[in-house]
Amino acid sequence: MSEAIAEIETGRARIDARFKKLRGEGRAALVTYVMSGDPDLETAAQIMAGLPSAGADIIELGMAFTDPMADGPTIQVAGLRALKAGITLEKTMAMAADFRRHDTDTPIVLMGYYNPIHAYGVPAFLATAKASGIDGLIIVDLPPEEDAELCLPAIEAGLSFIRLATPTTDDARLGAVLENTSGFVYYVSYAGITGAGSADADTVGKAVSRIRRHTELPIAVGFGIRTPEQAKGIASVADGAVVGSAFIDALRDSLDESGKATATTVSAVLDLTKELAAGVAGAQKVAQQGELS
Amino acid sequence: MSKPNSYRTGPDGAGRFGSHGGRFAAETLMPLILELEDAYRAAQADPSFREELDYYLEHYAGRPSPLYFAERLTEHFGGAKIYFKRDELNHTGSHKINNCLGQILLAKRMGKTRIIAETGAGQHGVASATVSALFGLPCSVYMGEVDVERQQPNVFRMKLLGSEVIPVSSGSRTLKDALNEAMRDWVTNVADTFYIIGTVAGPHPYPEMVRDFQSVIGEESKEQILKAEGRLPDTLVACIGGGSNAMGLFHPFLDDEGVKIIGVEAAGDGIETGRHAASITGGRPGVLHGNRTYLLQDEDGQITEAHSISAGLDYPGIGPEHAWLHDVGRVEYSSATDADALAAFQLCSKLEGIIPALEPAHALAHVAKIAPDLPKDHIIVMSMCGRGDKDIFTVAEMLGVTI
Repeated sequence: MSEAIAEIETGRARIDARFKKLRGEGRAALVTYVMSGDPDLETAAQIMAGLPSAGADIIELGMAFTDPMADGPTIQVAGLRALKAGITLEKTMAMAADFRRHDTDTPIVLMGYYNPIHAYGVPAFLATAKASGIDGLIIVDLPPEEDAELCLPAIEAGLSFIRLATPTTDDARLGAVLENTSGFVYYVSYAGITGAGSADADTVGKAVSRIRRHTELPIAVGFGIRTPEQAKGIASVADGAVVGSAFIDALRDSLDESGKATATTVSAVLDLTKELAAGVAGAQKVAQQGELS
Repeated sequence: MSKPNSYRTGPDGAGRFGSHGGRFAAETLMPLILELEDAYRAAQADPSFREELDYYLEHYAGRPSPLYFAERLTEHFGGAKIYFKRDELNHTGSHKINNCLGQILLAKRMGKTRIIAETGAGQHGVASATVSALFGLPCSVYMGEVDVERQQPNVFRMKLLGSEVIPVSSGSRTLKDALNEAMRDWVTNVADTFYIIGTVAGPHPYPEMVRDFQSVIGEESKEQILKAEGRLPDTLVACIGGGSNAMGLFHPFLDDEGVKIIGVEAAGDGIETGRHAASITGGRPGVLHGNRTYLLQDEDGQITEAHSISAGLDYPGIGPEHAWLHDVGRVEYSSATDADALAAFQLCSKLEGIIPALEPAHALAHVAKIAPDLPKDHIIVMSMCGRGDKDIFTVAEMLGVTI
């Protein structure tokens, strides 16, 4: 009983603690997306284990789905590779639990679509996710209108439900979007699918300021961040930069002709993580200079 | 489950039919989906919208479509009296035009300047391309590569009508993937683009809106059968992929207690083979394409591929209102195999001089099963929702004929 409560508290607190720590360091978070089980379970677990020391502050763990309607070809194909290699929601959560044995500080956020969770059963899923050390959920096809499905039960279970805000989310709607959001807000930098566009720091900066007027939660920005320079630009206007498709492209380029992992697969992803982390860290100076002047 | 006072009041404010339906859409789309609902409510309240739609339905699409007594098939089966509601005679050759006219008029009201659509058999794609040509809007139609291959005549037809046909190579390369890709286009071009969904599925208000636009099928049928027989039919039969022609026929009859209603899903190679498209018979509830409904899926919630000889039925889901009508027991959902449909296709061509689309051939296959054992005064109305010209290549191949 008391153990269960402690677990709930850890789950909720981990994201908050991470952003608090980063605020102390005066920098934004690098949020890295990896597709669970891509290209195979073992390689994905190695990548995940290496992410924190390569500079990832928060890990988004992608749950593969056959029909990812908001994702571009890169993430679609990654999900299909993972499914072909035998990934399931159960195994994804087990992978998070394995990670948690060695890292009790780095927040893990599951990201994906609702149907695999629906099939698993919401109460069973929340219990397993919590026990696996998962801290939050980003579910693309669950807008505020469907909060009763998973969002409210997740909050009750002590998990953060991280909502996407987008360029089409106007002020009138922002209240509803933010109402049950916890952990952080994920701002989608452009209207479109993952991997298809480019985040513009000026435009994003304005959007982040707009959202800040409505919430005190940290705001991470994703979609269209591929290079250290872009990460730096976004990190100077937001509390976090989320990178997804660029990692998967790096991973894909390291695979052999049959789509299997090679000796360079893990390092391809972790090297890019280091470069992006340096970019995000570079933004700290920009911010500090700004404060000094 | 207790029996509702009326089966025609759904969906509720959240777009639910029982536990089905809803708005399971990405945030980028949500403001537009809510705007669409407002625009649809305003159009419903505006008599000029209905007048304009009726004008095009009559003078452009050719409504009302006839209710035809299929005398030779009736004689052949030797039982129930069989009527066809002949939506295959509409302009563009199927019921799809009913909905497309409604939606494009709505798109115009909303000031949208670009149309997208998904298509399986190509009938909805052709109807979307047609109304886009009529109203001078550019149109992009997403179609799975497999369907592009097996529905060549419709692909060419869409191009002639000035639309762009975009083959979809992801996933199973059929209707489900065309829908995914159309959604991806929509989320990218959300400001100027209107997505004409072709069936009674998708996020609320689409299932309701498409049903309303297709209900003209059932409303006319009711009037026509009363005129022909002086009473309501005993049984309605329609094929179901997403279920728009079926919902259009069924909905006006849902509260007529004496009318038995049967939806026919595609059983492909047979339900027992696992190679089918019968989501109610062989699936379970899940969430896809914006709504909760019965889906073909594995135990991990991954969507499995549907299989049917008919590209229009080759979809792993079904409209949420059908899912609910199944749950409450108002409509019976049955299925017909590829082989059954092929036999019905040939029989109808030879006995009635009507080459049906492979989709309603599934409905006819079910009529063939039940009609012989029913009394001669039993009246069946079947939705002949599309014509079969588009299917002759598929059928020739199945019959081993080179054309």
